[in-house]
Amino acid sequence: MSGTHAHTPEPSYLVDTGTRKGVLAWLTTTDHKRIGLLYLYSMMTFFFVGVGIGLVMRLVQLTTFQKLVTAQTYNAMFTVHGVIMIFLFVVPGLPAIFGNFFLPILIGAKDVSFPRLNLASWYFFIAGAILAVLSLFTGGGAPDTGWTFYAPFSLKTGTNVSLAVFAAFVLGFSSMLTGINFITTIHRMRAPGMHWFRMPLMCWALYSTAWIQLLATPIVAITLLLVILERFFGIGIFDPSKGGDPLLYQHLFWIYSHPAVYIMILPAMGAISEILPTFAKRPIFGYKAIAFSSMSIAGVGSLVWAHHMFTSGMSGMALMIFSLLTMVVAVPSAIKVFNWVSTLYKGSIDFQPPLLFALTFIFLFCIGGLTGVMQGALAINVHIHDTYFIVGHFHYVMFGGTGMALFAALLYWFPKMFGKMYSKKAIYAAWFPMFIGFNMLYFGMMILGMMGMPRRYYVHLPQFHTMHVVATVGSWFLVLGLVIFFATLIYATVKGEPAEANPWGGVTLEWMIPSPPPLENFETIPTITRGPYHFEPEAKS
Amino acid sequence: MSGHVHRDDLGSRLGMWLFLVTEMVLFGGLFIGYSYMRYRYPAEFHHGGMELNATLGVINTLVLLTSSLTVVLSIVAVQRAEKQRAMAFLGTTLVLGLTFLVIKSFEWSAKFHHGLYPNSAHLATLPPGEQVFFGLYFTMTGLHGLHVIAGLSVLGVMLWWVATDRIRQDRYIHLENGGLYWHLVDVIWIFLLPLFYLAA
Repeated sequence: MSGTHAHTPEPSYLVDTGTRKGVLAWLTTTDHKRIGLLYLYSMMTFFFVGVGIGLVMRLVQLTTFQKLVTAQTYNAMFTVHGVIMIFLFVVPGLPAIFGNFFLPILIGAKDVSFPRLNLASWYFFIAGAILAVLSLFTGGGAPDTGWTFYAPFSLKTGTNVSLAVFAAFVLGFSSMLTGINFITTIHRMRAPGMHWFRMPLMCWALYSTAWIQLLATPIVAITLLLVILERFFGIGIFDPSKGGDPLLYQHLFWIYSHPAVYIMILPAMGAISEILPTFAKRPIFGYKAIAFSSMSIAGVGSLVWAHHMFTSGMSGMALMIFSLLTMVVAVPSAIKVFNWVSTLYKGSIDFQPPLLFALTFIFLFCIGGLTGVMQGALAINVHIHDTYFIVGHFHYVMFGGTGMALFAALLYWFPKMFGKMYSKKAIYAAWFPMFIGFNMLYFGMMILGMMGMPRRYYVHLPQFHTMHVVATVGSWFLVLGLVIFFATLIYATVKGEPAEANPWGGVTLEWMIPSPPPLENFETIPTITRGPYHFEPEAKS
Repeated sequence: MSGHVHRDDLGSRLGMWLFLVTEMVLFGGLFIGYSYMRYRYPAEFHHGGMELNATLGVINTLVLLTSSLTVVLSIVAVQRAEKQRAMAFLGTTLVLGLTFLVIKSFEWSAKFHHGLYPNSAHLATLPPGEQVFFGLYFTMTGLHGLHVIAGLSVLGVMLWWVATDRIRQDRYIHLENGGLYWHLVDVIWIFLLPLFYLAA
C-alpha cells in the first residue's frame, strides 16, 4: 500500500505508525480520516439492515407474502426502518463520513480542533446504535410508534419505547459534539490565506449543517427525555388527562426534526457542489449564492416545522404562516439547482461515475423538492397527509437526494480515501437497475398516495394492488443495483488498481496530496492565494 | 513537526461556548413548554407557586451566585500563581454547590411528604394545571440538579488538576471552561427561581 507513492516520506494514514496495531489502533485513533472510515463502515452496515427491513416491508404488500410477518411486527418494522435510516444513516451520513475525512483537508488543516472529542462522538454513535438494537429485543418488544414517537401513543404503548428514545438521545449527543467540532475547526484551523470565501463549498455546507446540529438537536434531546420521564414518572406534560398537551410534543419534536431534514440535505448539496466543477472543468457558477443559500436554508428551514402538523389542529393564521415559510425554503434550494446546472453549461464535461450520480441527485432531488412544495400548499396537504405520497416524497429527498449524493461523494473521493480505483463499468451497471427500481418504487408510492393509500398500513384495498406490485418489483431492482454498487467498491478496496493522486483533475486541496493521504495530510501547511475552483486553461496538445 | 501538541486556547473556549449554547437550547425546550402551559393555566401556576418555599429558593440563589464568584476568584488566583488560594476558592465552590443540593433535597422531600410528586394520589385530585406545574417543577429543577452534579464533578477534577499542577499560571483554559459551565448552571437557576418560586 505504501508503494503507491514511494517518493513520499510520510506513510499513508492506513499504515499503523503508533504503538498500537490492527483493530486496536483503529478503535483508539484520533485521526480524522480513520474516524471517517469508522463511520463509513458502521453506517453502511446499518444502511443494509435498513434496506433489508424495507425490502421485507415491500414483500408484505404482495398477497403471497402477507403472512411473512404479523401486523404488530409490521408496525415494529416501519418504526425500526425509520429509526435506523434516519438516526443511524441519513442524519449523520455525509457530515460524519466525508465531513470528518475531508473538512480538515479541504481547509488545509492537519486534523479537526478536538480530535479526542471526535473519537468520543463515534463512540456515542456506536453506543446509541447498540441501544437502538437492544430496544428491539428487550422489554416489551420493538417499538411500534413509527420513528416520530408521537404522544400520547408513545406514552401508553407497552413496547420498548423508552430505550429506543434514549438511543436517539445518545445519537443526538454524537451529532451535537460533531457540530461543535466542525464549527470550531472551520473558525480556527483554516490554512493561511484560506478566507471564508476561498473555502470549498463543502465546508460552507458543513458549517451551516453544524449550526443546525447545534441549535436543533438539544430540542429533540429534551423532548425525548420528557417522553422517558413521562413513561417512568408520569409527569403529565404531554398527557391530556393530567393537563398536558400531546400537540406540544409534536411541536417540540418537529422543531428539531424538520431542521434535521436540512442536516441531511445540506452536506449532500455541498458534495454536489464539489463534484460538478471538477467534471465540468470550470469554476462553480455563483459561489457566493450557493454559500449564502446554505446559510439561508439553515435559517429559514428552522422556521417551517409545523408543516408536518397541518392536520393536527392549529389556528388558521399559523397554518398560513407555516405554509408560506415552507414555500420560501424552496427559493434557496432552487438557487442551488440553477447554479449547478449553470456550472455545467459550456463546461468541458468529463463524464465519469461521480458525475452520473451527481446528475441523478439533481434529477431526483428536484422531484422530491417540488413534491415538497406541493405539500406545503394547505389544501393539497389535507388530501395527501399521511398517505404513500409523503412516503414517496421523502424517499425522493432522503434517498434520491442525500443517498445518491452520498454515493456520488463516495465515488468521487473513494480513490483518495483508499488509494484504489474501482471498476467504472460495474458502477454504470449498478446505476441502471438502481435508477429504474428507485423510480418504480417511489414514484409508484406517490401515485398510490394520490389514489388514497394511507401510509403505515399492513393491508391494502384491492384497487391499490397493481401499483403495490409495481413498487415491490421496483424495490428488487433497487436492491440489485445497491448490491452491485457496494460489491464493486468492496472488491476495489481489496483488488482495485492503485489510484493516482488526482484521478479526476480536481483543483481543491485534497487532490494536491497523495492517495491515500499521509497521516498529517500536508507536509507543510499550504498557503492559499485564490478561490477553490480555479482551473488552468487546458494546454492544447 | 511530529510530536508537537496542537494547542489553541481560543478554539477550546469557542468550543465550550458552543456547548453552552446547546445546553441553553436544551433548557429552552423546557422553557417553551413552561410558557405555553403557564399561558394556558395562569391561576393553577399561581396556586402551585404558593406551595413552593420562596425563602429556600432565594437562599439557594445566593449560594449559587456566591459559588460562581469563588470560581472566578480561583481563576484569578491561578493566573497569579497562588496555588493554595486557588484550591481554597475551588474547595469553597464545591462546598457551596453541595449546600445547594442539600437544600434542594430538603425541598424535594418536603414535597414528597405532602404527596406533591408526579403520579401521586394527592396530585391526581388537584386541577390539571397544577399537575402540569409540579411535573414541570420536578423535571426542570431535577434536570438542573443533574447539571449541578455534573458541574461539581468537573470542578472536582479541576481541583485535582490544580493540586497536581496540570492547571497552572501558563495553562488554565480547562479551569476557565469548567468555570464557564458552572456559570451556566448558575444562570439557568436564575431563570428557574422566578418561574417557579416567584410564580405566586
